[in-house]
Amino acid sequence: MGGLLSDAHWGVLLILLPLFGGLCSFLWPGAVKFIGLATVSAVALSVVGLGDQLLTTGVYHHAVGGWGAPLGIDLYADGLSLFMLMVNALVGLGVSIYALDYFDQGEARRFWPLWLLLLGGLNALFLSADIFNLYVTLEIVGLAGVGLASLSRSGAALDGAMRYLMATLLGSLCYLLGVALLYHSAGTVDIPLLAERLESTPPVWAALGLICAGLALKTALFPLHFWLPKAHASASAPVSALLSALVVKASFYILLRLWLEIFSVRTEGVDDLLGALGMAAIIWGSLQALQQTRLKLMIAYSTVSQMGYLFLVFPLAAAGAFSAWSAVAYLILSHALAKSSMFLVAGNLMHFGGHDRIADLDRAVQRLPITVGAFALAGVSIMGLPPSGGFIGKWLLLNEALNQGRWDLVIVMMIGGVLAAAYIFKVLGFAFTQAPVTHEPKGVPAIMEWSALLLAVAAIVLGFLASPLMLILGIGETVQLMGAGQ
Amino acid sequence: MNWHTWIPLFVVVSSLLPGLIIFGLPEERVGLRTILNLTGAVIKLLLVSWMIWGVYQGDHFETRVALLPDLDLVLRAGPLALFFVALSTILWLVTTIYAIGYLEGSPNRSRFFGFFSLCVTATVGVALAGNLITFLLFYELLTLATYPLIVHRGTDTARRAGQTYLRYTIFGGALILLGTVWLYQLTGTLEFTPRGFLTHIDPQHYPALKIIFVLLIAGLGVKAALFPLHGWLPQAMVAPAPVSALLHAVAVVKAGAFGIVRVVYDVFGVEFSADLGVTTPLAWIAAFTIIYGSLRALFQDDLKRRLAFSTVSQVSYIALGVAIAGPIATIGGVVHLVHQGLMKITLFFCAGNLAETLGIHKVSEMNGVGRRMPWTMAAFTVGALGMIGAPPVAGFISKWYLGVGALEAGQDWVLLVLMGSSLLNCAYFLPILYSAWFKPTPKSWPEEHHFGRQETAWALLLPPLITALMALAAGLMTGLPFSPLEWAKIIAEREFYQP
Repeated sequence: MGGLLSDAHWGVLLILLPLFGGLCSFLWPGAVKFIGLATVSAVALSVVGLGDQLLTTGVYHHAVGGWGAPLGIDLYADGLSLFMLMVNALVGLGVSIYALDYFDQGEARRFWPLWLLLLGGLNALFLSADIFNLYVTLEIVGLAGVGLASLSRSGAALDGAMRYLMATLLGSLCYLLGVALLYHSAGTVDIPLLAERLESTPPVWAALGLICAGLALKTALFPLHFWLPKAHASASAPVSALLSALVVKASFYILLRLWLEIFSVRTEGVDDLLGALGMAAIIWGSLQALQQTRLKLMIAYSTVSQMGYLFLVFPLAAAGAFSAWSAVAYLILSHALAKSSMFLVAGNLMHFGGHDRIADLDRAVQRLPITVGAFALAGVSIMGLPPSGGFIGKWLLLNEALNQGRWDLVIVMMIGGVLAAAYIFKVLGFAFTQAPVTHEPKGVPAIMEWSALLLAVAAIVLGFLASPLMLILGIGETVQLMGAGQ
Repeated sequence: MNWHTWIPLFVVVSSLLPGLIIFGLPEERVGLRTILNLTGAVIKLLLVSWMIWGVYQGDHFETRVALLPDLDLVLRAGPLALFFVALSTILWLVTTIYAIGYLEGSPNRSRFFGFFSLCVTATVGVALAGNLITFLLFYELLTLATYPLIVHRGTDTARRAGQTYLRYTIFGGALILLGTVWLYQLTGTLEFTPRGFLTHIDPQHYPALKIIFVLLIAGLGVKAALFPLHGWLPQAMVAPAPVSALLHAVAVVKAGAFGIVRVVYDVFGVEFSADLGVTTPLAWIAAFTIIYGSLRALFQDDLKRRLAFSTVSQVSYIALGVAIAGPIATIGGVVHLVHQGLMKITLFFCAGNLAETLGIHKVSEMNGVGRRMPWTMAAFTVGALGMIGAPPVAGFISKWYLGVGALEAGQDWVLLVLMGSSLLNCAYFLPILYSAWFKPTPKSWPEEHHFGRQETAWALLLPPLITALMALAAGLMTGLPFSPLEWAKIIAEREFYQP
């Protein structure tokens, strides 16, 4: 049995399970909630299985159908992939439980197949070992995301989803052009082979530019973030949570992975540009968040700002330090948990009061202590205050920036933290005012309150799990390669 | 299992756990809530007594958990840590009793006591922190736990006060974080070490160290209310009286002052800081704050505001004692951590009693109040005389050691500051005492409540009497083995004379 478990192809399961589940949920709409939750749970278990396998045997490599690269499709998982799969599983579970009570039967029929398709796409993306596969999975993720964003069928949601569709298609197109150029230069799309063969030629430079631009657009890097606030804010709460927590991370992961394996030594100037845009995103996103009068828009702009932190890794990566990468991975995980919790909180507040105007939230906030507790805990992580995953990530990144004498990054990170505190406490302050008792709005199901709280608590608990998680991140040669440069 | 490795953690958990449970309790479970609060407080007291006894005999108590691969969360019970832990544990117990009486029948008590327990958890964590990152963790937790207490009343003033408080403290926290990371970058360790861990550092880093010192002290100075970072403190007065008492005597302000002591002694080391030339500016700022706070206190009619500015002034004695950088002044500064706590908490309890019983909020309404509430005003008098520095109350001991220490370190100007401050203290406390005891009683009080035959409820009366007695005892029985002064001597000895 033990042998069977450790030999099982968890990677394949991780892709097939959600696709199969999505198909079933489409065919049997009556059992859609059961099928959905069972699938997501099975995916979470498979991630555990894969993790166990990676910890004992090292990097996972699987040639689908027995055909290896360059001809066939390779699945590949190292510490970073596993980490991203964990993000998927954790956030996916939390949001799925929340969605059980959030959607009525009619909406659930449309939500679950799309969400399971999205999950399958995301899992496949994190397991891909060649840049063309990455493109395919990126398209699946993007289209499923657009479908989800348009789910609530309000005018605002359709408008947001349309912008999102345009942005995501344009982004994929740029990426695909880049892939074509790379294929032309090196004759392969396999990442390890590309790393060996690529030379610093004009087509490669063009490919780098196209890929960076396309992925930056999909990741909503300032000033290409224009589509994000509206798309994320107008979608229904679980969808906003998934989009903000998982989908924007997918395109960032590709960029990170390509940088790690292919581009890191060939990029004078581009890394600094990405870093500068990241800094601008932190400041601009925070300032915009501070000015919003609507809760969901505020949270969405907060995502813009938080994505900026991730891009600070590129200027720091030049020195090839593992701590920079691990810091960003940590930030991804803690932001995913905290941000999904925040959007779920916003969903609860809207469910309760019927609106998300920050200035009128006091009544709702006071009647839902668990929900506001979740917001507060998630806020602690977003602000980067200890003890939380956000703090650990920020600490590691600050450490690395100081190590390389990058004071500009340090200052921006400090300012970003203070601004985040400003917009989060703008909301929390209403928990304590003396709001007049008006009408009695409808209550919020306990499952919705608790799932939001659990995600936020997970973001806090991350603050104490740095050692084991660093161990996971350290699996695989990319990281050892990076570690060697330290 | 070795108990010694877990007791510091238990001390922190003993208030964290009741706090978390209390959050979940419905409003009307008064009895269970009270039992939880008091059980936590008593257990903490017992654990701390155990640690004090153990450390006195040379035992070590340390909890160490990995936070990052190369950085640990450390809770360690050294003499200085225990000094502060003992203060906060004892005063938490007393304040809890007071708060139960004070808040009887008011709304949102579960929330209040939940955050109250979190606040003490954070303070104890600050005290026991064995390295700078653990300190930072609990210091920020303290910020977050106190905010709900300050805005507890929910009025517009309360919210504004809360916002001001956050603006100052979040900014301060950011400075400390920056200083901490930078320090870690330079040294590769953050472990609190007697006489500091920076002596072996390359002299080319001295300018950076000076900036780090400024960052850390500025960040801590926000909570310690050093001029010009004190602006939030008088505003925070809108909080309920037990919160003010805790804020001023134990938790927030003290955490800042304690942090300054830690940074100067156990990060930089007194002698190294003096060599760097950073202690003299700190002494000047502290001295200025002492005089400035007293001057401002002089012109406040609102009793709690007057006490607040008095805190601004008094807490800087601690920073001053540290910055004089001599062994005897160290004793004076460190012992004032406890002395000021005992005296100031008494004063705030009394102010709360006056407000709750008679509706008195202003100094000008206090005529003849001594006859209506003799016990409360007796306690107030002890506290006020202690602040002035009159023997035999504890405040005298602090000022005496500060003065002698300044002379020993050749910094005679400090004596002038001490004298000026004492005169000002007289000027703003003695008129209160005079009008309370000797002026005629008015026909009616602003808003009078009756509590049977006593002057006020037992739960409100006992705490100030207890703390006033402790303040007297700390001044009278300085020779006993566990008196604050003796502990302060142990701490100073460790910093200056041991190898």
